[in-house]
Amino acid sequence: MTAITDSAWAPGLGYRIRWGISDTLTLTRRSLLVWYRVPAFIFFSVIQPVIFLLLFRYVFGGAILVDISGGYVNFLMPGIIAQTAAFATFGTAIVLAQELKKGVIDRLKSMPIARSAVLTGRLTADTGRMLVTILIMVAVGYLVGFRFLNGFGPAVAMVVLATVFGVAIACISAYTGLAIGDEEAVQSFGLIWLFPLTFLSSAFVPIATMPGWLQAFASHNPVTFVVNAMRAMALGGKLEPTLWPNLWRSAIWLVGIIIVFLPLAVRAYRRAS
Amino acid sequence: MSQFNEAGEQPAILVEGLTKSFGEVHALRGIDLSVPRGTVLGVLGPNGAGKTTAVRILTTLLLPDGGRAVVEGHDVVREAAAVRRSIGLAGQSAAIQEELTGRENLEIIGRLYHLSRPETRRRAIELLEQFGLADAADRTAKTYSGGMQRRLDLAASLVGRPRVLFLDEPTTGLDPRARLGMWDIIRSLVAEGTTLLLTTQYLDEADELADEIVVIDHGLVIAAGTSEELKNRIGGDLIEFTVPDRGRVADAIAAIKPIGEGEPHADAETGVVSVGVGSRGSDALIEAVRALDAADIASHGLALRRPSLDDVFLTLTGHAAEDEQPNGRRRRSHGRRGAGDTDNAKVPS
Repeated sequence: MTAITDSAWAPGLGYRIRWGISDTLTLTRRSLLVWYRVPAFIFFSVIQPVIFLLLFRYVFGGAILVDISGGYVNFLMPGIIAQTAAFATFGTAIVLAQELKKGVIDRLKSMPIARSAVLTGRLTADTGRMLVTILIMVAVGYLVGFRFLNGFGPAVAMVVLATVFGVAIACISAYTGLAIGDEEAVQSFGLIWLFPLTFLSSAFVPIATMPGWLQAFASHNPVTFVVNAMRAMALGGKLEPTLWPNLWRSAIWLVGIIIVFLPLAVRAYRRAS
Repeated sequence: MSQFNEAGEQPAILVEGLTKSFGEVHALRGIDLSVPRGTVLGVLGPNGAGKTTAVRILTTLLLPDGGRAVVEGHDVVREAAAVRRSIGLAGQSAAIQEELTGRENLEIIGRLYHLSRPETRRRAIELLEQFGLADAADRTAKTYSGGMQRRLDLAASLVGRPRVLFLDEPTTGLDPRARLGMWDIIRSLVAEGTTLLLTTQYLDEADELADEIVVIDHGLVIAAGTSEELKNRIGGDLIEFTVPDRGRVADAIAAIKPIGEGEPHADAETGVVSVGVGSRGSDALIEAVRALDAADIASHGLALRRPSLDDVFLTLTGHAAEDEQPNGRRRRSHGRRGAGDTDNAKVPS
């Protein structure tokens, strides 16, 4: 059998890229319209991190000692924001599983659109939603005493890093949603791994306070690298020297996750039925 | 690559020896289909017969294990992209975005077909009017009734003006009135010259809408022909009656067997006996009355009726069309006449 090509109609690469982008934007717009109609989707992706923020800031925070300028709230915010970005990808997995079940993905796959557009459209829209959620969290953080101490540029860099981290996790979530293909299953256990991943890290407490065996995990957890780098960006000062070691480890992890899970998600999309 | 038959005319859909298995489950075990341009093929079969698998292969959603399928001259495996430009698909559920309005749903599909903005708007309005959704155009689809959602879904499958349309159980789960509305719309599409492949487990639906019918059971085509041809296969008209004394059903079968053109069917539980009598109609009816009287068998509801496709299915497969309901879909009576009887699990005697 010959290769899977389209002998009847073989458009050029430029044409394919142009329509690939157009299809992606159309599908992105579809998701944005849904959120515009039902703002509750955004509200619910913010409410849980806000509760976590208040809980750690006012309930547990007093018992957690950190040697950081501005105190625990400044330690906490980068961690909460990273977790917010990761948890925002719940939506990615759930919506893909829903669309699979409802036949929306079948409909799109039976149409002459770019094969990658459903995934890229989803990821683009979800990245936008994630960014909005992160910015809301920064604002809420400011209300409860958080301050960027390292200037505007590094603050923006922190938001960008959090977003890239979220995109990497979104690739895993997209794969999970498409591979499981059942909304309830995804909701109940598909993303449960996000809890240990984000809590067993430097996001909420200094790793040095954990027992040795847990430190071994937490100090190699990619979330720790990302959060440490974000913290160094946000606060600077004596954390400055920790930036690069954490940043390049983060970069390797995040690129690695995307390289592994994006193709897996694409494959799950192609096979999904 | 083009596929032509001997007459030099290219069928819209050509399927040869198509097979597909999912692990141990042989969903398709070698089916052949040919659908001439502008005609309607009804693919009839119970749940799990392989209908949806066939549609998914023909619409490029699934790769076949063996055999080949050609849609509008394009191979569904090697020229999938070209196939996708020729087809429309409406599935068993409404694949629409409930949070968006009817108009937005159609406009997004239009943009994905790379229609210009004005053309997209025009096409959406045109379809909303054609499908009786103009008044609801700017309401979110969530507020639509089940029938309206299905109509919107069907409209979405037509945005790209497909030459071949696949409808996978288009009326499953709809109430009777919505079903009739859907039938009217499907008939109007066919009148415009669209080639249509329609799967259904509702026998009357195939009867109403299809030019040709294939009956699929356990992944094989077990019969093909027009509705009339299939009905004739079971011996023309039917005589049917109920024997109140269940102990005498066997005697009743013996009594009427000489009258029938085929084997009588009986349901031991309900006591309903039926037999095909060809075109002898009322003569056969009189003979039946005499035969039962002579054997001293009490009966009621003795009548002559035209066979429904339920009867055909029963004759062909030995089981009723809706016996197999693995996913708990509700059972409905769909025979057009004497439908209540055909829902019962009759077995050939």
